Amino acid sequence: MQTSSDEVLISRIASGDRLAMQVLFARHHVRVYRFVLRLVRNEATAEDLISEVFLDVWRQAAKFEGRSAVSTWMLSIARFKALSALRRRPEQELDAEMAEAIEDHSDDPEVTLAKKNKSAVLRDVLNALSAEHREVVDLVYYHEKSVEEVARIVGIPEATVKTRMFYARKKLSELLKERGIDRGWP
Amino acid sequence: MTSERNDLDGIEELLPWHAAGTLSRRDAERVEDALNRDPELARRFDMVRDELGATIQLNESLGAPSARAMESLFAKIDAEPKRRRVSLGLGARITEFFAGFTPGAMAYASAAAVLAIVLQAGVIGVLVSKSGSEGGYETASAPTTAPGVGAFTIIRFAPQATMDDITKFMEMNHFSVVSGPSGGGLYKVRVAEAPLSSGDFNTLLQKLQGDKVVGFVAPTR
Repeated sequence: MQTSSDEVLISRIASGDRLAMQVLFARHHVRVYRFVLRLVRNEATAEDLISEVFLDVWRQAAKFEGRSAVSTWMLSIARFKALSALRRRPEQELDAEMAEAIEDHSDDPEVTLAKKNKSAVLRDVLNALSAEHREVVDLVYYHEKSVEEVARIVGIPEATVKTRMFYARKKLSELLKERGIDRGWP
Repeated sequence: MTSERNDLDGIEELLPWHAAGTLSRRDAERVEDALNRDPELARRFDMVRDELGATIQLNESLGAPSARAMESLFAKIDAEPKRRRVSLGLGARITEFFAGFTPGAMAYASAAAVLAIVLQAGVIGVLVSKSGSEGGYETASAPTTAPGVGAFTIIRFAPQATMDDITKFMEMNHFSVVSGPSGGGLYKVRVAEAPLSSGDFNTLLQKLQGDKVVGFVAPTR
């Protein structure tokens, strides 16, 4: 069976092909949803946003120039939508979210370790990173984006992408240390 | 010593992308060399791999959106004004052309193209030499278009040429596609803004025939 490339689907979508839109949605909606969810941390908001992201894809397909991968382009749109939604969110919600993140620190390191294995603690601290750091970590590790692609999605220079990733990893080490895991780096 | 340290720092920054497999081959080789030479760097790479695994697990645990997201999207799309069919750009047309092949067909087409290039080179050589000073040969299969100013060829791109190769080839030579693809994937291409002398045209055709991007080329009007 022949699988159409994303670029071919976009060119069909530009001509108003609804089926091509369904294929593109089926192929990418879960990853786009997870990317947005990690930024906005609210499932209902993330669901609303992905339909907005794909609606933009439908509307702007004719303008897509192929200078980046389709998935990179969609993540750029998703990021813009997520940040706009965060700006609209009431402050009380953000405070509750902060409290949730801070709560993670309340366990004594020994208790934390006793409760969870190292991998689970690592997942916990990945959640405790700032939105900026979470974003770059997810793009590199989960969405498999190159330095250049991350730079395009986030809108920062490539050198900054590398530095930001480095500092995100450094922060991970600090958070792990607070929970009793010393990686001996940095 | 300092420059070696700086180099290692630069390499260390690349470790996350190396673990994710998204580095260029050249950078990946640089990182591999450094990992083989430096046990401390190799230890840090293990940390990166742990982070990679945990990030994937974390994201995979997030679940998927409900059917509501898709329903909402297509309700909005249905409410959009009907769209006029747009003509696709060269890039999209070429992508569509290549996407139409199955892997087996691509392999067959590549083999056929190699043979065709050898045969076509001979055919074109004969055709061009026969045409002499009469200003070129027009094949029966050439797309019929309104006469325009300039010099024109029909070109079939080599099946193994990538989109990138073709785009670079067109840009570098300042060529533009007039029409196509017609049956057999032939494009009518403007190769000069003004008519060329038969000598210049023959030289250009020989050059194009030698280009790996071109599977077949012949003059047309």
